[in-house]
Amino acid sequence: MRNIVEIKNLKKSYKGGFEALKGVNLDIREGEILALLGPNGAGKTTLISTVCGITTASSGSVSVGGHDIVHDYRAARAMIGLVPQEINLEPFERVINTVRFSRGLFGRSGDDGTMEKVLRQLSLWDKKDSQIRELSGGMKRRVLIAKALSHDPRVLFLDEPTAGVDVELRKDMWEIVAGLKAAGVTIILTTHYIEEAEAIADRVGVVAKGELMLVEDKDKLMARMGQKELEVQLSAPLSEIPGALQSDDLRLSKDGALIYTYDTRAERTGITSLLAAVAQEGLTLRDLVTRQSSLEEIFVNLVHEGGSKTEAEGVA
Amino acid sequence: MNWTAVISIYLFEMHRFFRTIAQSFLAPVISTSLYFVVFGAAIGSRIQEVDGVSYGAFIVPGLIMLTVITQSISNASFGIYFPKFIGTFSELLAAPISFLEIVLGYVGAAATKALIIGVIILITAFFFVDFSIEHPLAMLTFLVLTAISFSLFGFILGIWAGNFEQLQIVPLLIVTPLVFLGGSFYSISMLPPIWQSISMFNPVVYLISGFRWAFYGAADVPIVTSLLAIGVFTGICLYVIWWIFRSGWRIRD
Repeated sequence: MRNIVEIKNLKKSYKGGFEALKGVNLDIREGEILALLGPNGAGKTTLISTVCGITTASSGSVSVGGHDIVHDYRAARAMIGLVPQEINLEPFERVINTVRFSRGLFGRSGDDGTMEKVLRQLSLWDKKDSQIRELSGGMKRRVLIAKALSHDPRVLFLDEPTAGVDVELRKDMWEIVAGLKAAGVTIILTTHYIEEAEAIADRVGVVAKGELMLVEDKDKLMARMGQKELEVQLSAPLSEIPGALQSDDLRLSKDGALIYTYDTRAERTGITSLLAAVAQEGLTLRDLVTRQSSLEEIFVNLVHEGGSKTEAEGVA
Repeated sequence: MNWTAVISIYLFEMHRFFRTIAQSFLAPVISTSLYFVVFGAAIGSRIQEVDGVSYGAFIVPGLIMLTVITQSISNASFGIYFPKFIGTFSELLAAPISFLEIVLGYVGAAATKALIIGVIILITAFFFVDFSIEHPLAMLTFLVLTAISFSLFGFILGIWAGNFEQLQIVPLLIVTPLVFLGGSFYSISMLPPIWQSISMFNPVVYLISGFRWAFYGAADVPIVTSLLAIGVFTGICLYVIWWIFRSGWRIRD
């Protein structure tokens, strides 16, 4: 699969000396959904803004569809749609006019049916003549997406599309994103909802303190980094862990089952010895259940590790 | 050149103008009518002729200039400041357009609005006073040049302004005094010699003088000087905008 966006050693420092991006390298594959995860202030929005032309990079280069974003900005930007984080819309303007305006800015005159298609897809067609201020927060967010899609972009950036959005609308957003992916659009979304990355992304990038900590296929990441839990259900629920079994990795669930946490990456998971010890205690097994830990735990681990790494370097 | 984008910006801005039609043109028309009633009819009838025309007719070019200048500045500065204020400006930065195209769209729309208002005031004036236009083509040229140059100035102001107060302060503290002291209501020759000399540093004097010449054939300064003055002012504004474009000042981080 070819790369549609190539980011090379991208750095951004602000006047006060604050380094928002510390040399980011990232290749985005055509047609994929890439989720950029990271806490507030990690540099996710700066990264997106730089690719889209809103912020100027201090050094490094970015190309979109092979077009450099500085020297060939018209061709590069024509391929990009951006859904900003903030709801920035003219309150007194009508939906159709603001979408037409966005389309016009990208050099598309008239309407070849794209606007109707996009507005219908986003359930906005009935609202096309409404003033923006009459719309609910969720509808406004849809208008932002409609504006970003009005010129048929090949690459769509969604900056925290579901921040402050109710559950139903979030599910709708995910469907919209899935539909766009099916149509061949490459999607990059930033989020701090791990659930979101887990639900829709093909690959996950973790950004913290202006650095891209890692980018990996979501499934691989989870398999590689994930801790697993083994629940040992017994015929007779336990009230406490027998002395011989006591260990840091073992705890008791509410309903008296044993919960064993292990690392899938470790040489020895310790499952065999655990089960042997259980048998030795004379406990009878009823069932075994394993659970993959969520991206959230992986994420917290990563950011935490990243933080302590930087601190350690700082001290050294 | 992305002409579609220029036209889109232009039409979007014009649409705002027509949406707020009362605020956009009724206000200037009413305030100018009041000037005609007070200075033209009430006080004007007691003032002798100036440069061979009645006082009511004498102030027509100055009043049109006054309105076109203030409207050009406020339309252009607000037009570009508003997207910055509500955050839609980033949409312009992310679009495949050059800064020149942004300027053409916003300045073009601001100048058009100011011209429409100028023409409406000209028509309104016919209802209050009797006057003629000796050089209609020169009148139109002056009007268009003034609208464009002050819209460019307003655009710079809108880019510079960090809040609504700053947006108001330059027109209020600098432009309005310059326009009022620029000979809208009097001929420079009516001033004591020292103030005549000081007035020569006021660029608006040259504009109003030239514009009045187009109406009545009489001017405070030679017509060529007037054209030169507006040319220099436009040149300075264009240079500043070019510099803003190059440096990204107040536009891109």
